[in-house]
Amino acid sequence: MANLKDLVKDPVAGEEYFLKGNSSCAGCGGEVAFRWIMKALGKRTIVVAPASCFNVTIGLYPKAGPTIPYLNMAFAAGAAACSGIVAGVAARKKLDPSLEDIKVLCFAGDGGTADIGIQGLSGAAERETDFIYICYDNEAYMNTGTQRSGGTPYGAWTTTTPTGKRQHKKNIPMIMAAHGIPYVATASSGFPLDLYKKVLKAKDIKGTKYIHVLAPCAPGWRFPTELSIEVGRKAVQTGMWILYEIENGKMALTGPSKYLIKKESRKPIEEYLNLQGRFKNVTSEDIKTLQDWIDQQWHDLKNWMTSQSS
Amino acid sequence: MVTVQKMELKAAARIISGNEACAWGARYARVQVISAYPITPQTTIVERLSDFVEQGEMNAEYIRVESEHSVMASLIGAAYNGVRTYSATSGQGLAYMHEMLHWAAGARLPIVMGIAMRGMAPPWNIWADNQDVMAARDTGWMIFFASTHQEIFDTTIQMYKICENHNVFLPAFICLEGFVMSHTEMPVYMPDQELVDEFLPEIPKNGWPHFFLDPDRPITHGNLQNPGGPAISPDCWYYEYRYLIQKAMENAKQVIIDVAEEYQKKFGLYHGDLIEKYRCDDAEVALVSIGSLADQAKVAVDLMRDMGYKVGAIKLRCYKPFPAEQFQELANRIRVFPVMERSMAFGLTGGIASVDLKAVLYHHPKHPLVLPVIAGVGGRDVRVEDQIEVLKAAVEMAETNELKKDVILSGLHQ
Amino acid sequence: MPEKKYWKWKEIETHKCIDDLPPVPLSLPNYGSMGATGDWRTFRPIINTDKCNQCYFCWMYCPEAVIDIDSDGYPTIDLDYCKGCLICVHECPKKAIDQMREKKEQYEEE
Repeated sequence: MANLKDLVKDPVAGEEYFLKGNSSCAGCGGEVAFRWIMKALGKRTIVVAPASCFNVTIGLYPKAGPTIPYLNMAFAAGAAACSGIVAGVAARKKLDPSLEDIKVLCFAGDGGTADIGIQGLSGAAERETDFIYICYDNEAYMNTGTQRSGGTPYGAWTTTTPTGKRQHKKNIPMIMAAHGIPYVATASSGFPLDLYKKVLKAKDIKGTKYIHVLAPCAPGWRFPTELSIEVGRKAVQTGMWILYEIENGKMALTGPSKYLIKKESRKPIEEYLNLQGRFKNVTSEDIKTLQDWIDQQWHDLKNWMTSQSS
Repeated sequence: MVTVQKMELKAAARIISGNEACAWGARYARVQVISAYPITPQTTIVERLSDFVEQGEMNAEYIRVESEHSVMASLIGAAYNGVRTYSATSGQGLAYMHEMLHWAAGARLPIVMGIAMRGMAPPWNIWADNQDVMAARDTGWMIFFASTHQEIFDTTIQMYKICENHNVFLPAFICLEGFVMSHTEMPVYMPDQELVDEFLPEIPKNGWPHFFLDPDRPITHGNLQNPGGPAISPDCWYYEYRYLIQKAMENAKQVIIDVAEEYQKKFGLYHGDLIEKYRCDDAEVALVSIGSLADQAKVAVDLMRDMGYKVGAIKLRCYKPFPAEQFQELANRIRVFPVMERSMAFGLTGGIASVDLKAVLYHHPKHPLVLPVIAGVGGRDVRVEDQIEVLKAAVEMAETNELKKDVILSGLHQ
Repeated sequence: MPEKKYWKWKEIETHKCIDDLPPVPLSLPNYGSMGATGDWRTFRPIINTDKCNQCYFCWMYCPEAVIDIDSDGYPTIDLDYCKGCLICVHECPKKAIDQMREKKEQYEEE
């Protein structure tokens, strides 16, 4: 169990890698995620950020928030650029072995992962590129002002789905698990230490690692900024977002999700939906559709876990 | 009839295809990261490179990406580290990676790519055509055309020296025509590896001077730059940074000339610098052409000279940066410049290089004529007779000083 | 935790003309990359050390990393950069952080 008092004093985790005074929104869920991801990865990381909020939260030239090499990249090119950086570092390692501990991270949004970036991500995973890909999911194209993406849930308001999205959220972690990569995990900004532990674990695995973080967005999801962490927490407690990790095909639930397999133990999803303005106009049919979809997700996970123990 | 340059043989000659010449050039340049995606007619470039790498003859990282867009994205990622990179593509692939071409030039990365030029679809066509490369001409990449297999090999090596020059730092294309050059075989003389190592700059230890991925020197690349301009909001230099690409292109012109001269001194091989002139000293008409058409033009010029006409040929070796000064100097003596190429400037008249040549010669006091010729589109054969016909038409126009036709569509079925 | 200066290896200078510019714009790590973001606030969080039990949840949850731990072990908020999201106010288990509306006069001064 990670002890906060120890982490504050830890030479790697106690340091800040995304300096204050940057241009992210107040209460940004993605910033909480990035902060804890970098506390796990440390100084010897190269970050590639394809087009997303995290191209404009880094501040204005000539100053920047990140204290590690941080490369903005074109939208569809995140994972492929990481493949290139990994190869470039490998070429340099032949002449300079001290580069052995350099880690490469692709920090992309849900649009840059589920939609435009999926080809590059799939290719990089298939090539077993040795990097970590973390998708911070604010469930829409937030940088351009909340348009719907493959990661937007059913019924959510966005500027391109004003009456609510009529399709379900794309299940990217399962798509990545189907690639057979050594580590797939989900996390939430509401549980930063769970995310921290997962990134620490992923850091030492060789191959493609994928982590999908739910990052609540106050302006896009329409809730007051102080509820950012609570929304991320409620998502897990109602079962809308499931925390799990799949290591070499073996799945395990983590954090509060461990105790939520039984439907009765989960809070009603209205507790999560009512916090957010984007679900203001969902009807009871929509809620039922969402509930059925979530129940199906839990059902599939349960099946996976029972079949692996046999 | 046709003169072959005499050269001192320092090593054995290999009879190889144009594609293999690209691969051998990258190998001699000690490229460190290669990204590969197949597309006809360049596929054998990346295949040959994978042979070299897998057999241990080349010490490079080889990434087998899943699309051409990822080819360029991964080369950019690798080049950010300060390593030498290479890849090859054609036609549709070059169009697919177009977004990233702008990125590579804007980030000033010295990436070299071999382009086996082919026609753009639809209709599907895999044969020689210039349209794919011409569409990329304003991305900030330097563009070179090769007319012989020896030139492909030599230019590939020279490109690294030009691109990695501290006053340049721009990426470059080496273009060869699909099938005409890529799949035909000619002897290529290759020097000793040690001499090439001496010729090329040393591979940087910790990134380029202007771009490095070093945790001890953290940088952020690609912040937003507002339009403002430094007078309105400080540190908004977008226009200026983009203009630096133009300045680098201008610096590149002299570097290209110097590198070609140095290569000749060291290896005895010369293919011209920005252009190569053939019998232009007393010519009234000079046929400007690209790639293998330029090599064949020498035959046409010799035949025309035998008939008593005063004509010459100019090989457009370097298209970007455009050899403006060289053409302006030639325009003092030459009356008509027919420009023969395999591309079309839709919406304007003629081929794309002819439009650029007209722009360069517009204010010239002698007002030479530029005669656009579109030939060989989609790999259609261009014979010596076709070039002689063009030269004869140009000679007639030179006598009357009047452009009788605003374009010649050579080989088009009417 | 000690304050670090992140521009040791190269000074950030304002360029004066196009000839000063390097080929590629590179930004360097620095505090306040968007200026003094403290003036985004409507409400200011104030930590009440009497009620604080040093659980450091506020430090964990703060998106902007403006919460440091002082030598006595109590969290302190850097008001130059705190954007006033009030996550710390909402999440503190001991309700030890209060919020106070920023006074108008503070802005009228400027």
